[in-house]
Amino acid sequence: MNNKIYNNRAWWLILPMLLLVAFSAIIPLMTVVNYSVQDVFDANTRFFTGVEWFQATLNDPGLQAALVRQFAFSLTVLTIEVPLGIGIALLMPKKGWQASAILILVTMPLLIPWNVVGSIWQIFTRGDIGLMGWGLRELGYGYNITRSAVDAWGTIILMDVWHWTPLIALLCYSGLRSIPDAYYQAARIDRASRWAVFRYIQLPKLTNVLVIGILLRFMHSFMIYAEPFVLTGGGPGNSTTFLSQSLTTMAIGQQDLGPSAAFSLIYFLIILLVCWVFYTAIMNLQKDKQQDKGA
Amino acid sequence: MSNSIPTTPEAVRKQAAAADDRRRRQARPVSRQWRRRGLMTAYIVFVLLPVYWLLNMSFQSNSEILGSLTLWPQDFTLEHYAKIFSDSNWYMGYVNSIAYVLMNMLISLAVALPAAYAFSRYRFIGDKHLFFWLLTNLMAPPAVFLLPYFQLYYTVGLFDTHVAVALAHCLFNIPLAIWILEGFMSSVPKEIDETAFIDGYSFPRFFVKIFIPMISSGIGVTLFFLFMFSWVELLLASTLTATNAQPIGSVMTQTKGASGIDWGALSAAGVLTILPGIVVVYFVRNHIAKGFALGRT
Amino acid sequence: MAEITLKNLAHTYMAEPSSPEDYAIREMNHVWHQGGAYALLGPSGCGKSTLLNIISGLLEPSSGDVLFDGERVNALPPEARNIAQVFQFPVVYDTMTVYDNLAFPLRNIGTPADRVRERVMEVADVLELTPQLKRKAKNLTADEKQKVSMGRGLVRDDVSAILFDEPLTVIDPQLKWKLRRKLKEIHQRFNITMVYVTHDQLEASTFADKIAVMYEGQVVQFGTPRELFETPNHTFVGYFIGSPGMNFIKVELRDGRVMSGELPLSVSPAIHDALAHAGSANIKLGIRPEFVEVHAARVDEAMEAVVEDVQDLGTYAILSLRLGDIPFKARIEEDDTLPRGKAWLRFPIEHLGLYVDEFRVEIPHE
Repeated sequence: MNNKIYNNRAWWLILPMLLLVAFSAIIPLMTVVNYSVQDVFDANTRFFTGVEWFQATLNDPGLQAALVRQFAFSLTVLTIEVPLGIGIALLMPKKGWQASAILILVTMPLLIPWNVVGSIWQIFTRGDIGLMGWGLRELGYGYNITRSAVDAWGTIILMDVWHWTPLIALLCYSGLRSIPDAYYQAARIDRASRWAVFRYIQLPKLTNVLVIGILLRFMHSFMIYAEPFVLTGGGPGNSTTFLSQSLTTMAIGQQDLGPSAAFSLIYFLIILLVCWVFYTAIMNLQKDKQQDKGA
Repeated sequence: MSNSIPTTPEAVRKQAAAADDRRRRQARPVSRQWRRRGLMTAYIVFVLLPVYWLLNMSFQSNSEILGSLTLWPQDFTLEHYAKIFSDSNWYMGYVNSIAYVLMNMLISLAVALPAAYAFSRYRFIGDKHLFFWLLTNLMAPPAVFLLPYFQLYYTVGLFDTHVAVALAHCLFNIPLAIWILEGFMSSVPKEIDETAFIDGYSFPRFFVKIFIPMISSGIGVTLFFLFMFSWVELLLASTLTATNAQPIGSVMTQTKGASGIDWGALSAAGVLTILPGIVVVYFVRNHIAKGFALGRT
Repeated sequence: MAEITLKNLAHTYMAEPSSPEDYAIREMNHVWHQGGAYALLGPSGCGKSTLLNIISGLLEPSSGDVLFDGERVNALPPEARNIAQVFQFPVVYDTMTVYDNLAFPLRNIGTPADRVRERVMEVADVLELTPQLKRKAKNLTADEKQKVSMGRGLVRDDVSAILFDEPLTVIDPQLKWKLRRKLKEIHQRFNITMVYVTHDQLEASTFADKIAVMYEGQVVQFGTPRELFETPNHTFVGYFIGSPGMNFIKVELRDGRVMSGELPLSVSPAIHDALAHAGSANIKLGIRPEFVEVHAARVDEAMEAVVEDVQDLGTYAILSLRLGDIPFKARIEEDDTLPRGKAWLRFPIEHLGLYVDEFRVEIPHE
């Protein structure tokens, strides 16, 4: 697609969007940068500190631990949700009222406010009033998310799978629906196995949506806040305290403006970096494929 | 008209029919059909169970909830719903949430449509960098912007208004809208634009009369995602509001009374937050089922 | 390798068909003999593709049977029928190389690697795909892709039949011609039954030994290209085959004379007799433009016509005439005298067809 016209008047079309996003993004970002290099005592007293807050943040063992937990969490949910989401998309019916009904049911968790998702699982998993908590205890397992870090982790991951697998499923379902019938017909004529159909017809068509799905899932899982905050409050101990919660505690709770601003920037950069690396890697893979055109 | 059919003896025909039956059974195993349905049902149960439990709680009195665990409401009651619909503090939460979500959808779509068109049709100075910068905004953790947003909106006098939240959500919703729309627009052939301009359409008329109807599916999908991310976000929404524009999510956190959490009201409020989402999916289900491929490659 | 029989076959896409128009395929019987090269010719929407999909098993017929060598295969899915089908638009497996694409149908049934190699090389050679074998299918041009699609059908040398569903639509004219010859060559070499769906009579007649012409869900004639041309069984075949199509004149017997509207026609007594016994009001006389005798001057038993247009096509010309109110076409060779203003037409009895209710009726010759 390189038939775009070179025309700088296109900027006029971009302008309204640019003003709005700049207002929402650049001004606040400047504020953060500003804070991150200063020590603010009150409205009139502040000192330039240079990279001091950044060093402090990077060396903070609490934040380091939160970062490790954050990565562990993101990787775990991605490895569960991506294959599961593809599987669900493949199982979803394509026609009739069942298709609509199942589409609505599958999508439902995505449209529940995040704190309500936390509440739903809080109610569901409580030992006294929750079906799952009560059920597990009745089965003889001493399930307790306020005491056992393992239980808390398991529950948060289960909740995330419940909450976000639909996004992958939805994207994949849509991607699958865009494959023309002729491909499936040709595969049947060629006597392809179910696996071969998946491997050579469906998966190639899903590459793009999967890249987007994985990127979105990575970002959101890396920014997760409301659900664990409501469900476990970060506990027991700090075992389910992720980066967003650490940051919020620091910025709002303790009013440590400088360190939290430095922390914000590092946090942002990590997400950017991971997304950039992932995206570049995928693009390079695709470029390799295209290069043989010249060969 | 065509060649005659060779007559087949009855015995041969029967034999063939039997062989046919046998092969059909081998070719389409019924068990696979059932396995598919079984797995799908299992997943749907997994999705529905926590929601069912919430629904179950919302119809029980608080004494029943805390008394003993019951799988369905023994003493069916609508008291929690009645409470939500009669207390302005509660129901205004919904009104506020819906207000800023709609506002955000409107703003995002209005500015994203021309921008996405520019990205899909033209090259211009800085286009690639601009697009990348937009996407980075999707990656900005809301927690990072909490404090600056609070100060910014406080300074410009928008604190505790619907507009504040709607604008704040633009941070991630506008880039998302542009991203999705650009993909849909690029799949519309450029010749359409050129033909329309030759036919004497002005740009605004072409855009509204011809182009927008052609990407209606894309707009449907975009609106779905805009609704989704604005409706579910709470961190920014609750930070930028106090009492006048408080979203339902913040109201729910106030169910912690002196006597502990009001589980029934919390559940009923939760159930009511799920409903708008279901309505939205219902309207866009056909656009999603039609198949779309996001992304520019 | 199989003889394919369609027995009382009918198909509809509707749940409750009420009239014959609801059927995509109206009840029909047909046999495709083993080793034949057949074309299925008809306008779009006449049910050609439906019929093809029923043969390959992608569709199950609403009623009637599909028999392969006398065995009923109605409910067998395509993978169990051992049949190859090439679609109108190229279907290639994007992520695979051309080699892997061609090898795919063989590998799916566990063919040994050296046998796969042998077949792929042979087919690639025939289709002139050898230089592309290592390339990814995604980056091929549209006609290369279609060659790959065809190749996937051709690598299987044990198939019951190969079905082509307008396979040359996306291919440019020069290559079309070449590929059609290739197909013919392959057909002769491997002796596989081939059914070729097309709406192009030229394509059909260059490929097939016998052509089935379909119209409104029915095969209206099955015959050699020559038979279709000389003795069309149905007025539609007359219109559709030949360029320009057959001339048809609606006629009736009035006061002992053969009339077309207000125009008396001078025709032989045999036709006169046949008309008298037809028993229907829908009677037409048909004659190919090629067989109309055109005279520049008045001759015996000829009818006067007005020349409206002459289209010179090099070695021959097509005349647009008007016989009374009836538009008429006639073809004259370059050495014939070109009539000016008026022409006199004669219809040789041996080339005149009588059509009652659109179907041809034999005229008894003396």
